[in-house]
Amino acid sequence: MSRIAAKFAELKTQGRGALIPFLEAWDPDQATSMALLRGMPAAGADLIEIGMPFTDPMADGPIIQAAGKRGLAAGVKVAHVLTMVREFRQDDAKTPVVLMGYLNPILSYGPERFCADAAKAGVDGLIIVDLPTEEADLLLPFSNANGLDFIRLIAPTTDEERLPHVLNGSSGFVYYVSITGITGTRSASAEHLQAAIPRLRKATDLPIAIGFGVRTPDQAGSASRIADAAVVASALIDTLSANLDEHGKALPGAVEKVLDQVRGLAAAVRG
Amino acid sequence: MNIAPGVNSLRTGPNERGRFGEFGGRFVAETLMPLILEVEHAYNQAKADPAFDADLKRHLKEYVGRPSPLWFAERLTRHLGGAKVYFKRDELNHTGSHKANNCMGQILLARRMGKTRIIAETGAGQHGVATATMCALFGLPCTVYMGATDVERQAPNVFRMKLLGAEVKAVTSGAGTLKDAMNEAMRDWVANVTDTYYLIGTVAGPHPYPMMVRDFQSVIGEEAKVQLREAEGRLPDAAVACIGGGSNAMGLFHPFLDDTSVRLIGVEAGGHGIETGEHAASLTGGRPGVLHGNRTYLLQDDDGQIIEAHSISAGLDYPGIGPEHSWLHDIGRVEYVSATDREALTAFQLCTRTEGIIPALEPAHALAHVTKLAPTMGADQIILMNLCGRGDKDIFAVAEHLGVKL
Repeated sequence: MSRIAAKFAELKTQGRGALIPFLEAWDPDQATSMALLRGMPAAGADLIEIGMPFTDPMADGPIIQAAGKRGLAAGVKVAHVLTMVREFRQDDAKTPVVLMGYLNPILSYGPERFCADAAKAGVDGLIIVDLPTEEADLLLPFSNANGLDFIRLIAPTTDEERLPHVLNGSSGFVYYVSITGITGTRSASAEHLQAAIPRLRKATDLPIAIGFGVRTPDQAGSASRIADAAVVASALIDTLSANLDEHGKALPGAVEKVLDQVRGLAAAVRG
Repeated sequence: MNIAPGVNSLRTGPNERGRFGEFGGRFVAETLMPLILEVEHAYNQAKADPAFDADLKRHLKEYVGRPSPLWFAERLTRHLGGAKVYFKRDELNHTGSHKANNCMGQILLARRMGKTRIIAETGAGQHGVATATMCALFGLPCTVYMGATDVERQAPNVFRMKLLGAEVKAVTSGAGTLKDAMNEAMRDWVANVTDTYYLIGTVAGPHPYPMMVRDFQSVIGEEAKVQLREAEGRLPDAAVACIGGGSNAMGLFHPFLDDTSVRLIGVEAGGHGIETGEHAASLTGGRPGVLHGNRTYLLQDDDGQIIEAHSISAGLDYPGIGPEHSWLHDIGRVEYVSATDREALTAFQLCTRTEGIIPALEPAHALAHVTKLAPTMGADQIILMNLCGRGDKDIFAVAEHLGVKL
């Protein structure tokens, strides 16, 4: 069983959903993002999503755009993101790690080599924002061959007819983009989610995570109960960026402040 | 109109996946996927509807001012001493560039789809002005995304768009140029999926845009072919056009793709020179990757991060190129060369003085290549160049480069 499947199975026996916090690789530098990554499981992260910076993040709002820009300014490369995971795996064999990013840096690295190296480093799944089902054959054979889960995004615009098509070949979990919009801008209402998630359940047995617009402990708790997991990204990056000095360096205690926030979210998910 | 292409035609693309060879495709977030499929469906229906074609033709004739004339540039020809140079004068279109052809086509499609709000990206502002114009004509609210750097260097066009009632949003992310404006327009579209139509200005973006924009721009090459037959009784020996995203070039080239005797030459923006790394020549200085919804040649670093393009012309300042051009490059049907900022400035002045036409800096790049090419050809040979935009918008930038205070 994959690490992701094992984690969701374990949480099911506990009768709760998962918290999936997000961090952007090397935001604002290698040491800070590594400290965040290492600290997240103890703070209550069930799975962790790592953003791979890209110059043109079309689906991201200003908060994650800025995080990616800081990562790139710090010199992060695709290989460094994999190194982060490899180092994390030295102390943590259980917490699933999912990489989220855009296609071009992966194409540039080489899709086959990327999937092989990611699997070796201890990555469990991939979310590639600009790789819809229609183009998935660019990566899917290699992610499958290396045992990486290929996590699909489902949007409010994905209709019943399209749903099976998008879910075809997906594994790990399904990522429900809860708003029509970019990251960190607005939140879906509980009513919207209560209508959307059962519709999705009918089409898949995979666990469902809700992302985009999940900011507060209340929202995370509610999302993890309506679905199976809550992804929190922009709210955590907001906290990190509020704790940077004028040169963009992390102020003392910045990592702990973000981890405190993760603890608050985790408590709500454990409700 | 179009003659139906045969089995060995180069004019049958893209395939059902929106691919020209290995280029093109639909690389967008799932939120946009259903919208793009909707645009494709609506466009295919419109294309098959004679009423749509008639409506478009009427608007192109009576509002845009088509057909644009074909002009024998006699003094320029004498000056260069070689092939006869003809200008396809798309700068005489309403709004001053070829952009009107595509905007008219797409706005009629948007209306047909029942969309009530239009968004667009713009570099030099030519596409923004054309979009704002069509929106004013049809009473549709319009938001134009424009890089903050471009807002500054294309102030006359910004004012024009505002006069036309459009909201111009300055984009500060990245280098504040066309690429960043396109990112921001995509973000707007993702957030406004029900009422908004994204009117892309070039032969880039996800399928069906490269195909659709090419179709709407092909009127350039189709007219020129007929006009040149009337003037000279034959095809040109070479057709030359400048390339940023590549819509005016695609429009000129496409009707000639199967005419193997016609050399097709696309001129990219060489900026300060390819060797300096500061240019916008994606084919000459880039490699294939994925950006803005399609796979194409891109300026990128070793790690797949996109590099900012540089050109004196805001309309060519784009790190990618339409996917059909990438394919035509790889199969060798079209030659792609580049002209530097300096060469474009020289050609700009030459055109102004010898023909009394102030060209936009974009086609000045095409002309820069024509000035090199024509003297190498015989007096009985013909070069057809697309003069795709007029230069009123550029006089401030040109004055600055020439050290003149206005």
